[in-house]
Amino acid sequence: MALAETSPVAPVQKPQGYWAGVGARLVRDPLTMICLGVVLLLILSAVFAPYLGLPDPYKGSMIARLKPLGTPGHILGTDEQGRDMFARLIYGGRLTLFIGLSPVVLAFFIGGVLGIVAGYVGGFVNTVIMRTVDVFFAFPSVLLAIAISGALGAGIVNSLVSLTIVFIPPIARVAEAVTSGVRALDYIDAARATGASALTVIRVHVIGNVLSPIFVYATSLTSVCMILAAGLSFLGIGVRPPEPEWGLMLNTLRSAIYVNPWLSALPGVMIFVTSLCLNLLSDGLRSAMNVRD
Amino acid sequence: MSVTDVIPAADPGGPAQPLITVSGLRKYFPVRGGILGRTQAQVQAVDGVSFAVAEGETLGIVGESGCGKSTTAKLLIGLTERDAGEIVFDGEALGERLSLKDLRRGVQMVFQDSYATLNPRMTIEASVAFGAHVQGLDDPEGRARRLMDRVGLDPARFAHRYPHELSGGQRQRVNIARALAMSPRVVVLDEAVSALDKSVEAQVLNLLSDLRAEFGLTYIFISHDLNVVRYISDRILVMYLGEVVEIAPVDSIWEEQAHPYTRSLFSAMPSMDPDNRTEKPPLAGDPPNPINPPSGCRFHTRCRFASAVCKAAVPKLAGLDRNAAHMVACHLYDPASGHPDAGQGGLA
Repeated sequence: MALAETSPVAPVQKPQGYWAGVGARLVRDPLTMICLGVVLLLILSAVFAPYLGLPDPYKGSMIARLKPLGTPGHILGTDEQGRDMFARLIYGGRLTLFIGLSPVVLAFFIGGVLGIVAGYVGGFVNTVIMRTVDVFFAFPSVLLAIAISGALGAGIVNSLVSLTIVFIPPIARVAEAVTSGVRALDYIDAARATGASALTVIRVHVIGNVLSPIFVYATSLTSVCMILAAGLSFLGIGVRPPEPEWGLMLNTLRSAIYVNPWLSALPGVMIFVTSLCLNLLSDGLRSAMNVRD
Repeated sequence: MSVTDVIPAADPGGPAQPLITVSGLRKYFPVRGGILGRTQAQVQAVDGVSFAVAEGETLGIVGESGCGKSTTAKLLIGLTERDAGEIVFDGEALGERLSLKDLRRGVQMVFQDSYATLNPRMTIEASVAFGAHVQGLDDPEGRARRLMDRVGLDPARFAHRYPHELSGGQRQRVNIARALAMSPRVVVLDEAVSALDKSVEAQVLNLLSDLRAEFGLTYIFISHDLNVVRYISDRILVMYLGEVVEIAPVDSIWEEQAHPYTRSLFSAMPSMDPDNRTEKPPLAGDPPNPINPPSGCRFHTRCRFASAVCKAAVPKLAGLDRNAAHMVACHLYDPASGHPDAGQGGLA
């Protein structure tokens, strides 16, 4: 027997589940923990916005328009209608995060299932699913979102539906590519050789190995989704004024860029920080989900 | 409960009949091309392979790369769907009275690449126990731990490790434990020791011999290494380009290789004796393309005994006159074949 197998100084292995291991690795990664903190802060402040004692985000003042940052009473100034920017940014997080995240989450599940099934089963099923998905790639995503939203009519729910449809094809494409790669590996053959059904093999052996690339790709889409949602709002088929929403605010403050550039950049900063943190968080999660490190 | 409790007691076929009989096994892989992806040609990976393996016997399958050894193994446990042919396990034909799931309970496989065959995100224990879970056997984890112990891996230290934390030899022990976790009666070993270094290979071969005796296993042992096959096998089957060219008991084939291909295969074996070194290559060129294999005897393009009949007619697998258990598919041994050198009782 090899030396390593009989070595008496081998460390005692304490039993640890897969997710406990992921959590332990995550905690040791400071950058990811900071990003997680920022994202949680944004989500919590958005959810509990009414209880934070903020000024009314809808109440404007004709005499206090476009006040600069640091104005007493308006820490981040006021917008073009004299509404408090800090309150509007916090309240804006509610709609923005909802519209930015939920289509991607929905598309992650639908596109993921389609891609995994297509990649695992292959053959005719793959052709039907992937060629249908390819049709959607013929249109630029913005145009597709506008077309679907326009056809369904204005409104938040309809723009959610249209954004979900826009994001299913790229996620399905990535899921299919990763799954067909994993499908060809020997451990899938070994699992099939036990007599397990296709569903069991997918559940136990495929999903764990394809999830992290799909997940990381989906998180990178959330920032795109927020921008697209802002575009829909700008065209009047998404969120309507005076609702606070970062993309919409970016668009309405656009005209103030020569008067008060810092002010008009604020919603963009929020979008930037959020998408950056989400991307770094997904990167950190990917490393934490890799048992080899 | 000891490890031996996992041996199945049932043997409905009885000891008299072969445990596995394969007849006329065929697999052609389509080569697609063109705009519509239509089948342009077919790779004749396995064509008309027939053999039988008795209970407790080890059949070695040898041949050069691409001769259909691994495809045969995958066809045996249904990982690749066969185009034609019959697989009878313990007296029951697959697809008739025997379901694929039941076949896989009785016939398990150990693959060549010990790393690729283990799920990188699963602990060793979970990988070994998976099959027992699927087949609904009781206490899969306990079974996994007992088997890990039996193949020489301390469960307390290895159960919760991941495949990348193990050496190649340890991983192949895990693969053997996984195959045994379902209490199979036949284990197909597809180049199971080929990727290991020589000292570990010897350990794993000894482990396989011990397990065979302890669990009453039947092996189908696929390898390109003739010495390894000789060590572990009772009979040897030689494949060339998807067909069986010779089947014989180990001693008989070691004494005399009847088929010209088998002879060149054996002469390619490195010799330990410096006076006996191989001076000229036993065979010239690559094997022909299996998409369009030669007519008649598929070996005739490289055979120095080839004559007109070899090109025209497919030789039948038949026992030698002096030893019926030694079967060969070559016109040289059939006096009625019309080969000019036939019936002289062997190679010139």
